[in-house]
Amino acid sequence: MRGLFNKVKSAEVQSPTVGSVYDSSLKRSTALEELQEIFLYRNLVFQFVRRDILTRYKRSVLGIAWTMLTPLGTMLILTIVFSKAFGIKTEGYAAYVLSGLMAWTFFSQTSNAAIIHLVWGGTLLNRIYVPRTVFAVSATGTGLVNLTISLIPLIIVTLFSGIPIGWPALLIPIPMLFLAMFSLGVGLFLSAMAIYYADIAEMYQVILTGWLYLSPVIWVENILPKGFAALLIRLNPMYYLINLFRMPIYEGVVPTFTDIAISGGIALVTLVVGWLFFSSRADEFAYRV
Amino acid sequence: MNSPIVFDSSLVTANPLPPQAETIRLENVGVRYRIPSERIATFKEYFIRRLQGRVKSKEFWALRNVDLNILRGEVFGLIGHNGAGKSTLLKLIARVLKPTEGRVVVRGRVAPLLEMGAGFHGELTGRENVYLNGALLGFSHQEMEAKYPRIVDFAELQEFIDAPMRTYSSGMWARLGFAVATDAQPDVLIIDEVLAVGDEPFQRKSFDRIMQFRDGGATILLVSHNLIMVEALCHRVAWIDHGHVKQSGLTEEIIREYRQSHKNET
Repeated sequence: MRGLFNKVKSAEVQSPTVGSVYDSSLKRSTALEELQEIFLYRNLVFQFVRRDILTRYKRSVLGIAWTMLTPLGTMLILTIVFSKAFGIKTEGYAAYVLSGLMAWTFFSQTSNAAIIHLVWGGTLLNRIYVPRTVFAVSATGTGLVNLTISLIPLIIVTLFSGIPIGWPALLIPIPMLFLAMFSLGVGLFLSAMAIYYADIAEMYQVILTGWLYLSPVIWVENILPKGFAALLIRLNPMYYLINLFRMPIYEGVVPTFTDIAISGGIALVTLVVGWLFFSSRADEFAYRV
Repeated sequence: MNSPIVFDSSLVTANPLPPQAETIRLENVGVRYRIPSERIATFKEYFIRRLQGRVKSKEFWALRNVDLNILRGEVFGLIGHNGAGKSTLLKLIARVLKPTEGRVVVRGRVAPLLEMGAGFHGELTGRENVYLNGALLGFSHQEMEAKYPRIVDFAELQEFIDAPMRTYSSGMWARLGFAVATDAQPDVLIIDEVLAVGDEPFQRKSFDRIMQFRDGGATILLVSHNLIMVEALCHRVAWIDHGHVKQSGLTEEIIREYRQSHKNET
């Protein structure tokens, strides 16, 4: 008993704020401090991801299977509509749509969840100290878990479409990481704005709809008219990220260095900008929410 | 006793802290909220006004020129009318809010006991919620594993711990919240009108635990409208009025003055 007690004591000493002095007047690098804090609170990130995944489907019969069924259902509808009604003829169109849809859904859901969780978490933020980035980071974590699970139907649909899967498929974590960085950056930026202007959250829904059609999810690049349209879609960061996500499984190719450099650069810059912007505003959140 | 890491260069105090060391210090603290003074209907209008620098907002100082020193092992009460600034003061100490001006120094771990069960999720089981709530308080998974049996034991919820919390009564909900928040000895415990939790025996038990913390050297901040309780528990009291510390000092005196002012009003 005594031994257990001692162990507990020493464990408690490691808590983030034990034995530390909080001084509101100390000016530190807020962005780096936030990074340090989120590392200390990694258990909270894990717990939030766990909560979101466990509670989302808790009362449904099929449970977590919905993570795979939802993109499959959407894929089925889009494939039928666009190949039958609009006559898109591309090899393995179903797999093409599904892979694009997965990358897109991950991005739109993660960035949206980052906004909703921070605004919803307002009550919590007013009562107890937690690193402000925890909501966006855990939203990204939840999205990554869902994206990983939905790789299973993607592999099945790809094989079913007659596309062989080779060893390049093992490179899928690279585009997933870049998508996560990009989504986190966008989510942080928008959630910091949404605290001030609630309209952002509503406006973003409309923007996402437009953005989806600017991204290579449903359409295939070679059907696009040359010129302005081609230029426009190249300004869209998701164009590069979705294409990179398709390479390892759907196309079965190893991305070139340029592919990786462009997507990685976009992801890194977005994340850094989002993080800096968010943490520069974080202290003011409690004044607003 | 673990010597705290002191970042503050202006505080050259000897470690370990002497028994009467201060745990919380507020220096000339002010908190200013901006309240929009006119309704701006559209986003477009807002942006145009913003660019023209015509967004008008009323400034409201929820706290101003507040100086307070609260010592280790002290039970300190905050009294005052609703909206006087007590809750804002607690937010400053809980690290939730940074002051607009002045300086707040808090030594050690602050355990907020504000609204119990905030952060629980009804669809999760009691067990899952204990781990979630512990993470919110900043504890690691290993720490929570060590704490878990004690928490469940204190909350007396062994039988129901694997049931979803939506099936719990409000008393069970509150007991679990109290047990998680107070499992470890904090350096500062913040109690905001929520001392009465659960039934009478549990109230006694939670009260005893708070007194143990006090005896163990924790600073306890109590916000209450119940003057009898404040009188019984607090060593010192600060009377907050319209964002200022109107008076602070020994409990008996301040409460007498406070009551007197109420009599004069009526």
